[in-house]
Amino acid sequence: MSDPRTDAAPAGIDYIEVEESPRFTELKRRQRSFVFPLSIAFLVWYFAYVLLSSFAPEFMAQRVWGDITLGLLLGLGQFVTTFAITMAYVSFANRRLDPISEEIRNDLEKREVSA
Amino acid sequence: MNDVFGAIHAAVQTVENDPVLNISIFAAFVAVTLFIVIRASRNNKTAADYYAAGRSFTGPQNGFAISGDYLSAASFLGICGAIAINGYDGFLYSIGFLVAWLVALLLVAELMRNTGKFTMADVLSFRLKQGPVRMAAAITTLAVCFFYLLAQMAGAGGLVSLLLGIKETIGQSIVVAVVGVLMIVYVLVGGMKGTTWVQIVKAFLLIGGAFVMTIWVLALNGFSLDTLLANAVAASTTDPKDAILGPGLQYGANPWDFISLAIALVLGTAGLPHVLMRFYTVPTAKEARRSVVWAIWLIGGFYLLTLVLGYGAAALVGPEEIKAAPGGVNSAAPLLALHLGGPFLLGFISAVAFATILAVVAGLTITAAASFAHDIYANVVKKGDVPPDGEVKVARRTVIVIGILAIIGGIGVQGQNIAFLVALAFAVAASANLPTILYSLFWRGFTTRGAVWSMYGGLAAAVILIFLSPVFWGGETSVFKVGTAIWPLNNPGIVSIPLGFFLGWLGSVTSRKAEDPAKAAEMEVRSLTGFGAEKATHH
Repeated sequence: MSDPRTDAAPAGIDYIEVEESPRFTELKRRQRSFVFPLSIAFLVWYFAYVLLSSFAPEFMAQRVWGDITLGLLLGLGQFVTTFAITMAYVSFANRRLDPISEEIRNDLEKREVSA
Repeated sequence: MNDVFGAIHAAVQTVENDPVLNISIFAAFVAVTLFIVIRASRNNKTAADYYAAGRSFTGPQNGFAISGDYLSAASFLGICGAIAINGYDGFLYSIGFLVAWLVALLLVAELMRNTGKFTMADVLSFRLKQGPVRMAAAITTLAVCFFYLLAQMAGAGGLVSLLLGIKETIGQSIVVAVVGVLMIVYVLVGGMKGTTWVQIVKAFLLIGGAFVMTIWVLALNGFSLDTLLANAVAASTTDPKDAILGPGLQYGANPWDFISLAIALVLGTAGLPHVLMRFYTVPTAKEARRSVVWAIWLIGGFYLLTLVLGYGAAALVGPEEIKAAPGGVNSAAPLLALHLGGPFLLGFISAVAFATILAVVAGLTITAAASFAHDIYANVVKKGDVPPDGEVKVARRTVIVIGILAIIGGIGVQGQNIAFLVALAFAVAASANLPTILYSLFWRGFTTRGAVWSMYGGLAAAVILIFLSPVFWGGETSVFKVGTAIWPLNNPGIVSIPLGFFLGWLGSVTSRKAEDPAKAAEMEVRSLTGFGAEKATHH
């Protein structure tokens, strides 16, 4: 890593410099601090549901009202959380990720043209 | 999958079969889609046109196409039938297929779109050593496509044969050949654009048909889920009758088998090469995000419909009639269609099932051809030194070869129990593809050795465990009815997926050669900002 510039793309952009820039580290931090915890959360919730269905069938077969069981409600809950996470991510990405990534991209494109 | 045809067979036997009506309905489908495919083919000039439809589809269009690619006949007929017979456990199965899309949305889709060109291997080999990584990624891609394709072809042959009333082996083989030729024509002429339109049309028909049937079933049950469940319980033959409302009927005997399958379902989707390739058909990462969002709503909505259809078939048709039908559980949806709307609705639903298979095989074929031509031929064998039209030429020839192999394979497995192939495809995708995708997108320390070990190790583990399992040995439905299975579970995921992740880590930490930090920085910057990403082509 004595001189990373020699490995840079033909456009002459030093990606290591871009990567270390405060704007990019902020973008990366925002993206990862949103998607990682959320991914762990939905996987834990999904496997909790699968394990409950596999090892606690009586618990899941309890009637909540009429013929609707707890397992059915929790299963429909998986649909609800999936839709909710989808919308939450889209709104987050539109507000918090897209503006900053667009800014960096426009910057790089300008640099590419002038290089 | 192979007993998809039995589903139709059942319905066909209970009513006066009307092959003329059935043939007309799906001849109409073939005519309409062929027309679209030929129109779509006019602008197929470059590799980007052929493999990625010129990256010109919108998010919503691609969302429909993804649903059309993803909702196979197994998920339509299979899940409806599983819910009709086993109630809750069938529903449990569909949840994994949906939740899996969050992995694609949050971790994979946009970053893949930004860094790749045509195939999964483009992304995986971005900052690692081209040759070995591309080769490994192409082999796992071809393996997944092959397993999935074989399952679909066998189903297609049987389905069409029975709709046309052909029972002899020779006649069925001719039908498999016709299906294969049709698929070759779609993909050869239409490329990705044509394939995408076939998938969009099919998604409309499938979701539309399921929606109408759902409203119909709900209307007959006073628009109350509770009444529907009560009617399903009343018609149930299980002991006790309300066992269909709770877990255990299908997977109760061996919960570990289901857990193993559940892991493969939720982690496999984001590693399916034909799904990943769909992200390159849109112009930007933002459109890729929109496509996944549309796909999640459509697929989620569809699985909610199958819940009603499954319990509806249990209540209106009854489990005894479904089980007695030659197609067994898979006949639930067609029998329900017959019960609701008579031969015409049955013909329509059968044509939709056929369209489903055709759309899925077309998507698989173009993915496999792209991977062979772009990864193996152009980048590994020729080291990138090919004339502009050379790659597409090879891809087109590959389509013909894959089509012929699929026809031979489809004829070869007639009458075999090959339902395990779909689950195997998901297990391979989750064990061999997903670890490398996630590591190369998010872990700086990942190396070429890690990627190669993870992909070959994950692939080998999944295939070997399936071969040692009860799927092959010693059961009523096994491929070989003798011997005993060394590995007790039908699904390899619980071992092969952690193994794939472990090998990726082990290979990386034992590498002596560090990877190029500048390439890694470039990949990271490009994946998050979309700088330098492939743009749409304009005509």
